[in-house]
Amino acid sequence: MAVTVIIPTPLRPFADNKSEIEVEATTAGEALEKLTAEHSGLHDHLYNERNDLRSFINVYVGDEDIRHLDGPQTPVKDGETVMIVPSIAGGSTAGESRTANELPELTNEEYARYSRHLILPEVGLEGQRKLKAARVLMIGTGGLGSPLGLYLAAAGVGTLGIVDFDVVDSSNLQRQIIHGSKDIGRPKIESARDRLLDINPNTNVEAFETRLTSENALELFRDFDVVVDGTDNFPTRYLVNDACVLTGKPNVYGSIFRFEGQASVFWAEKGACYRCLYPEPPPPGLVPSCAEGGVLGVLPGIVGTIQANEVIKVILGAEGILLNRLLLFDAWKMTFRQLKLRKDPNCPICGDHATIKELIDYEEFCGLNLPEPEKPQLEEITATQLKAMFDCGDNFQLIDVREPFEYDIARIPNSKLIPLGDVVARRSEIDQAKVAVMQCKGGVRSAKAIDALKNAGYTGRLVNLKGGIGAWSDEVDPNVPKY
Amino acid sequence: MLLIDNDVIAAIIEHAEREYPHECGGMLVGRFSEGGKAVKEIFPLENAREAHARHHRVLIVPKDVMRAERYAREKKLDVVGYYHSHPNAPAVPSQYDLDHALPVWSYVIASVANAKVGDIRSWVMENDRSKFNDEPIERPLSAAG
Repeated sequence: MAVTVIIPTPLRPFADNKSEIEVEATTAGEALEKLTAEHSGLHDHLYNERNDLRSFINVYVGDEDIRHLDGPQTPVKDGETVMIVPSIAGGSTAGESRTANELPELTNEEYARYSRHLILPEVGLEGQRKLKAARVLMIGTGGLGSPLGLYLAAAGVGTLGIVDFDVVDSSNLQRQIIHGSKDIGRPKIESARDRLLDINPNTNVEAFETRLTSENALELFRDFDVVVDGTDNFPTRYLVNDACVLTGKPNVYGSIFRFEGQASVFWAEKGACYRCLYPEPPPPGLVPSCAEGGVLGVLPGIVGTIQANEVIKVILGAEGILLNRLLLFDAWKMTFRQLKLRKDPNCPICGDHATIKELIDYEEFCGLNLPEPEKPQLEEITATQLKAMFDCGDNFQLIDVREPFEYDIARIPNSKLIPLGDVVARRSEIDQAKVAVMQCKGGVRSAKAIDALKNAGYTGRLVNLKGGIGAWSDEVDPNVPKY
Repeated sequence: MLLIDNDVIAAIIEHAEREYPHECGGMLVGRFSEGGKAVKEIFPLENAREAHARHHRVLIVPKDVMRAERYAREKKLDVVGYYHSHPNAPAVPSQYDLDHALPVWSYVIASVANAKVGDIRSWVMENDRSKFNDEPIERPLSAAG
């Protein structure tokens, strides 16, 4: 079957200066093969070294790009035209932080180690060298930072900065897999460094045993290419966002709560930042921390690896990073959803008329160290004092406001369980003539219970157990398990 | 040798400065002649790159290239090349430009800094795709003198 191939002007000198050439073919691919067999000078301009059509060469059968049809297998009918149309791409290297010749070379050991990356065209040798040159700063080596660090080190990211000031606690190990049982009591950055170097001794680990603050964030961020937010609290999350905007760094974000996770890439130069999504923090106390609300251990494993995936793509300069998209994951329902994000033109830090030009006091911004003048004084006792009250046979009642499943895990002897949600409705069960010591896991919910009871007209004396059952375990009876 | 009228140069400058800090691009419409090309007018095209990559990348989709070809044919002219801007970078082709170039065509690059065009240079790719060669630009005196 005879089809006509239409040659674009710049390629005509390689086709005897003809604008149209007739060939016998049944598919678009065959037509091109015949054409380049006859006019060999065309071949290198149409095909790359791997003999694939060059990305900017488009082939149309009729009005359709064959990439949207059956590719080279697209059938052609007698008398049809096959049109070669270039798309035009160009660009400076100004936007790229490093050019190919500045990238570090790989050693033979690294060629072997990263072979599964090297054979991926999307990574390849150049991509692996970009990873080696990259400097990634991880904020936190907890639930999110653990899988993140492990995968980034394994992937060959050259320099990993880690910021953490915490020590490893046994309650961390259910999800913070970078630390082990032998590390309990050690600074997290030390334990994390050991594990990262064990996975990949080529990694250059820069450890900062410090709390990230408005004073040190900008200086710290400037030295890195990508910042990854693995924090568990709002003040630090806003601090990380603002410092990234001010230093022009991408902020690979992740957060987790109970069974739900979120991830995104905030990058003010290219799209939305965290404040475009959440201009204001939630009121203090509304969103409980993982320590209060719990978290499925595997959840940060999933969200942290999504962050690692995006960090690698940002370094490689890949298309399709999680920019202007918020990924929502529910581990219990096993669903992923996406929300589209837009850069807010009125964003106080990355908008057209930004009002925030420097880092602020984020504790204050999140309402955490504001005085609460309206609140009446809360009467509190320590666990040791409570023990003394038991020992002296004082006439009082101990009310545990936790949930029944928590009561099953651990309880203080002689306590009565009335969960926080029921405490007002069941207040008649609390004897107003006797002192009531209110108790929960850490002292927050029991304080809320006292508030609620007073507001409901309860007139008896209410005392809060400071530190809850955790303090009881620490100070009085270590046989009561901590959770 | 690439012959470009002064008003065509002015139009390229205007387009590049208007789009700054993004890259701009378009086709050069004119005639092939003995030993060179003459550009008669430009055909500015929409940069189809995602907004975040527009600072240093241009992508002109084939539909637009076909539009330009059709326009040139109607005027009994040819597409003789392609121009684009390099915001905050010299008027020298990048590896990316080379990887995406076609032979024969002139690649005119305008360097833009602080929203002002500085250098404008033209390049033609070697037929073996190995490199770009500098192509001298000639500006004829305009009729108005």
